[in-house]
Amino acid sequence: MKQDYENTNQELLTSGHHPGPLPTDVRDRHVWDDTPEAINRRKFLTQLSMALGGLTGVALVVPVAAFIVAPLFKQTPILWRPVGALTTFKAGETVQVSFEDSSPVAWAGITAKTAAWLRRVNDTEFICFAVNCSHLGCPVTWLPGARLFMCPCHGGVYYEDGRVAAGPPPQRLFTYKTRITNGQVEVEATGVPIPTE
Amino acid sequence: MAIIKGLLGWLEDRTGLGGAVKPILDHKVPYTNWKNGWWYVLGSAVLVAFSIQVITGIALSTSYVSSAADAYESLKFITEEMTFGSFLRGMHFWGGSAMVLLVGAHALHVFIVGAFKFPREVNWLSGVVLFFATLGMGFTGQLLRWDQTAFWSVIVGADQAARTPFIGESLAKFVMAGNTVGGATLSRFFAYHVFFIPGIIFLFIGLHLFLVIRNGISEPPQRGEAVDPKTYRQRYHDMLEKTGVPFWPDAAWRDAVGAIIVVLGVVGLAIFLGPPALEAPPDPTQLSVYPRPDWYLLWYFSVLALIPPKAEPYVILGGPGLAVVLMFILPLVANKGERSPLRRPWAMGFVLLLVIMISTLWITGLVSPWSPNLTTKPIDPAVFKASTAQVQTGAKLFYDKGCQYCHAIEVNGVAAGPTDAASPGSPRLVGGARGPNLSSVGSRLTKEQIVVRILNGGNAMPQFGTLLKPDELDALVAFMESRTYAKDGKQGQGQGLEISSADQKK
Repeated sequence: MKQDYENTNQELLTSGHHPGPLPTDVRDRHVWDDTPEAINRRKFLTQLSMALGGLTGVALVVPVAAFIVAPLFKQTPILWRPVGALTTFKAGETVQVSFEDSSPVAWAGITAKTAAWLRRVNDTEFICFAVNCSHLGCPVTWLPGARLFMCPCHGGVYYEDGRVAAGPPPQRLFTYKTRITNGQVEVEATGVPIPTE
Repeated sequence: MAIIKGLLGWLEDRTGLGGAVKPILDHKVPYTNWKNGWWYVLGSAVLVAFSIQVITGIALSTSYVSSAADAYESLKFITEEMTFGSFLRGMHFWGGSAMVLLVGAHALHVFIVGAFKFPREVNWLSGVVLFFATLGMGFTGQLLRWDQTAFWSVIVGADQAARTPFIGESLAKFVMAGNTVGGATLSRFFAYHVFFIPGIIFLFIGLHLFLVIRNGISEPPQRGEAVDPKTYRQRYHDMLEKTGVPFWPDAAWRDAVGAIIVVLGVVGLAIFLGPPALEAPPDPTQLSVYPRPDWYLLWYFSVLALIPPKAEPYVILGGPGLAVVLMFILPLVANKGERSPLRRPWAMGFVLLLVIMISTLWITGLVSPWSPNLTTKPIDPAVFKASTAQVQTGAKLFYDKGCQYCHAIEVNGVAAGPTDAASPGSPRLVGGARGPNLSSVGSRLTKEQIVVRILNGGNAMPQFGTLLKPDELDALVAFMESRTYAKDGKQGQGQGLEISSADQKK
């Protein structure tokens, strides 16, 4: 080990990296004190420095990592959002509705909204389809004439009840829960459905 | 003059910077000639493109607002109001495109000449990190445009992440920064794009360049000169001693030529083609969208469309995963032996396959025949010169029942308008290109075959059995039977499976 240090210093002195002459004490420093006490002391200082460095790192990394990963674990309340008065929906019709997300941030602007396809099945029953295709999430369009949902990205098609009719979707269209409160149709705003298959 | 010299002398004495840089400029590199020397420019060209990105990116960031509510408006302001705003956006877009293209070309060249072999394995590995970081910059950069396509691209990205076993849902939530794409999403992608990934890129460029100097730039491969870790370093050293040339200026001048070509090319594209147009605002309730990635990821968009649905769980994650693994293990398992492409037929076959695969997928992506044409407009049934009222009804149903979104049909010499994106340059065809062209289906299929197909559908076609009333089915079939053009010689398209984009273009 000692030999290496000497070589390095020797190279530095001769390779032209240092245009000026080095002070004598620097030139002499490569003669290490090799007594057991000095070796122990160096060992201790090495361990101390590395431990302190590690602590410094942890002190920095823990809050930063927690800050970045926190949204993954944060349980946000899921709210019911109104999409319109009961009387505005005709039985058998499928219309596009939109509602506010459960917990949008103040600066979300227009992106705080979510769209969905709502169909009034009968007097009391509604079914609300997510617009997101179960393939990769593109927004499906309702074709009233054909009574099909169609995805513009890769041509996934769904029957009116949400079953896959054709194309790459691995599962049926996701549905949001609905309820009627005080004459208002409400949808449970659970967010973008994430295909789990 | 003497004062300047004195100042420089003082600076050099106190910093030693000149002494530190000079050995780098003077270090010997292998002699290259006109034929093989230009390939070495690719690496420095990537660095030039990255520099363009850093400079234009910093400029753009002074006016970009990374808030979901305002980002779109700030981009509009940059594009429409600010001095050189549109030009700088163009520079940033085309600079990014150049970086993706050049990093790919650089990696491919290094693979072809076997420069990843001993002792340059870590050069390659650090390059792989840079390669994927560049793609990451491309994806996140497109999202910062924060228009409709950007909005839906986040969801598409999240849904792909969601296919990961066990942690899929968490990953998807991580991508969206919550349950939905909203306010929290954009500020994160902004941070990824301007701090995280560039930080990684800076670090790894440092390592990459350090290794280029330390291990020496690879010499042009010679047939028969196999790399042997025991002897290579000595051989390389001797070769440099004998025939090497100083990096500056003998090799660097080509890099300077490459640099100016990249910069002028990007400036030219920014002036003449400009930045990508801003689409509609990111309104989640506007569903008439057609999200697709920028050109550099378009080929991957094709992969996602064309693989059989059953293979998807494996391909969506396994595909990119396999690419990463292969690129990482390559220099570890193949660090010895011949470097010359002429002695590595399997490797060259692989390159050929890769190039053909990506360019085919890319061209297919441009046409995207798998996407239904949701903008197709109803055709006046009179256009079809229907013989009976039933055929007229059928022609109307062809649109109303959604057939026309996926199937093209020829309208007798009548231009159908510019909205039919699926058939550019052939105004006589209207409709989509996902299913077979039905212009002459009456001469290809019997009535029974048509009925069976409509009722039962196919892989890409819904079963219309429950969606049509008997008289509607009869009318539709009558209309199909009336589509008999002898001049359309294409046969065998009636399986309902093929993608007949080629026919659409004729």
